[in-house]
Amino acid sequence: MSWPTWLTEIRAGAQSRFDAAGFPTPKLEDWRFTNVAPIARATFHASTNGVSHAAEFKHFFFDHAARFVFVNGHFVPSLSSSQGLPAGVYAGTIQAALRDPAQAKVVEKHLARHAEYKENWQSFVAQNTAQFEDGIFISIPNGVVVEEPISVCFIATGDATAAFARVLVVAGDNSQAAVVETYAGNAATFTNAVTEIVAGANAIVEHYKIQQENAAAFHIGQLTVQQQRDSNVHDHSVSLGGRLVRNDLHFILDGSGAEAQLNGLYITGGEQHVANHSRIDHAQPHCPNRELYKGILTGKSSAVFNGGIIVRQIAQKTDAKQSNKNLLLSDDATINTKPQLEIWADDVKCTHGATIGRLDDEQLFYLRARGIPEEDARGLLTFAFANELLGRMKAPEVRERLEKAVRAKLDSRLGTQDSAREGL
Amino acid sequence: MLEIRNLEARVAGKDILRGIDLTVKAGEVHAIMGPNGSGKSTLAQVLAGRDTYQVTGGTVTYNGHDLLALSPEDRAREGVFLAFQYPVEIPGVGNTYFLRSAVNQIHKHRGEPEVDAVDFLALVRDKMKLLELDESLMTRSVNEGFSGGEKKRNEIFQMAVLEPKLCILDETDSGLDIDALKIVANGVNKLRSKDRAIIVVTHYQRLLNYIVPDFVHVLSAGRIVKSGDKTLAMELEKDGYAGILEEAAEGVGSR
Ligand SMILES: Nc1ncnc2c1ncn2[C@@H]1O[C@H](COP(=O)(O)OP(=O)(O)O)[C@@H](O)[C@H]1O
Ligand SMILES: [Mg+2]
Repeated sequence: MSWPTWLTEIRAGAQSRFDAAGFPTPKLEDWRFTNVAPIARATFHASTNGVSHAAEFKHFFFDHAARFVFVNGHFVPSLSSSQGLPAGVYAGTIQAALRDPAQAKVVEKHLARHAEYKENWQSFVAQNTAQFEDGIFISIPNGVVVEEPISVCFIATGDATAAFARVLVVAGDNSQAAVVETYAGNAATFTNAVTEIVAGANAIVEHYKIQQENAAAFHIGQLTVQQQRDSNVHDHSVSLGGRLVRNDLHFILDGSGAEAQLNGLYITGGEQHVANHSRIDHAQPHCPNRELYKGILTGKSSAVFNGGIIVRQIAQKTDAKQSNKNLLLSDDATINTKPQLEIWADDVKCTHGATIGRLDDEQLFYLRARGIPEEDARGLLTFAFANELLGRMKAPEVRERLEKAVRAKLDSRLGTQDSAREGL
Repeated sequence: MLEIRNLEARVAGKDILRGIDLTVKAGEVHAIMGPNGSGKSTLAQVLAGRDTYQVTGGTVTYNGHDLLALSPEDRAREGVFLAFQYPVEIPGVGNTYFLRSAVNQIHKHRGEPEVDAVDFLALVRDKMKLLELDESLMTRSVNEGFSGGEKKRNEIFQMAVLEPKLCILDETDSGLDIDALKIVANGVNKLRSKDRAIIVVTHYQRLLNYIVPDFVHVLSAGRIVKSGDKTLAMELEKDGYAGILEEAAEGVGSR
């Protein structure tokens, strides 16, 4: 692929940044609890193989008319479709968009302009920016409403494969859309994903990231959301698969009245490690934001929640609520949860809370006292804990799919089973 | 139906029940009264199988079985029902799903077929009307956001749906206004039958005007210090617990 000059320059810069920084180590405060040595130590290769396996992952696809499938970072046209999109909406590969002068202009304005990588702890973003081969570009013109979600499935196949996923969503003023990213795989792959979303004034965007990769897989993801005034972004992140998963979220509330809702669910078993780090930058006044992350941990698994909120001096009347709740179902599971508030304005509402607990004895007893067996009662309560987040998903097909996937993961006794492999 | 012999139980290292003897036959209604902290809820919870309470002595025989050897769910399937003093809220577990699961567990245990959705709905409608509960409660999570009165009526509603053999009501009357009290009492009275036994735990005599018991027992400091018929409840109402307890302490009272 020959990239346009502007992008070639960006990529070269990103590569030097990555070369200089290297993979992050636990010495960096931001990576204290997540050791990526297994990624740094191993050698992962880009791979153009695996496309023939793509159909095996069909059960991860949604039946949406607009659907895009990538294998190891490469687009698979035969499994994809862009039918049924309203006039003016662009959804296609980044490479194709760069060949289309009208789209190329928008791509140039936004691609790699929002997801930052200047700091050492952001070196995975630098790596992705330097090395991604393709990705998806979605552009919704001003005032256009896309009824059905647009879904993108990134499949990683073959041990030691490195797969770079790149997503750019530009939602115009007063537009509305939902985008579903699904990650699946069948081996000890390494996925490095970067998503940039720009929400124009008064735009409404619902974004899903469903991570169901193989139990031996590594997944590092960055989501950067740039919000203009009165825009409304609801993000849902569900991590079920993978051996080591790290999600970084960066929301920039860059116009007054911009609202962000961050919903997250992680269910870990065996020796899985899942870290979610969010950073919400209140850069303008009157921005509400709600964050609820819930975890269910068992086996020897571990999880990290780090919730950063920055309220700039100008951002008066900020209304931020953050909550992280964890259900620890085994003695060997560990969670590190930490709010990180940096508040420079004086007239703000900012609350945060974290809980770590077991299933409630009183609730368990109540169910059992009505004849429900203990195992079922535990299952019911555990699912109910997770279901609060699924209930917030507006796309029914996504919610239903995840209800099944969550039940299957919980039913597998949360052991080392790779329930993600079955797509459930 | 139920034979409790010298039952002792402790919680958090403290002896609460200190030798309870009680025999309840099918068709009977027993009231257990006593001051706060006397162990009424402990007795009710021990019978339902709550393992927070440690049984340190005695036996409980239920229809010929050792009740204490059964799990809480098996007790429920065998027909033991506890109406909780403080029904817990369970966000995220739908009331309909919960109650239908409970009904089907009990049916399965009895070797009866599962109830289908239509029959279940009809049953629910019928019993909700009896307890004057709003049908919208069925679309909510178990007890979530219910008022105090709704929670209590919901317990009796569940009891009416599950049709247990041994009903234990733990202060179902506490905190109810007179209208709600009558509704609850009416619901309970409808369940009175020759095959069913009911134990009504209460702190106030008032309920017993509406659910007239065959026997009344006074519980104090983990022991039944006096038993009698419904006139004992009247006596309590008149003289308060102090009189009875004094009498019992003097050894005049009998079990
Ligand atoms: N879970 C518990 N932990 C510690 N103490 C308890 C617990 N439950 C009951 N108790 C104690 O046991 C005694 C009897 O309580 P309870 O059976 O609830 O009385 P009642 O229902 O008659 O008011 C009280 O002193 C109470 O404080
Ligand atoms: Mg009590």
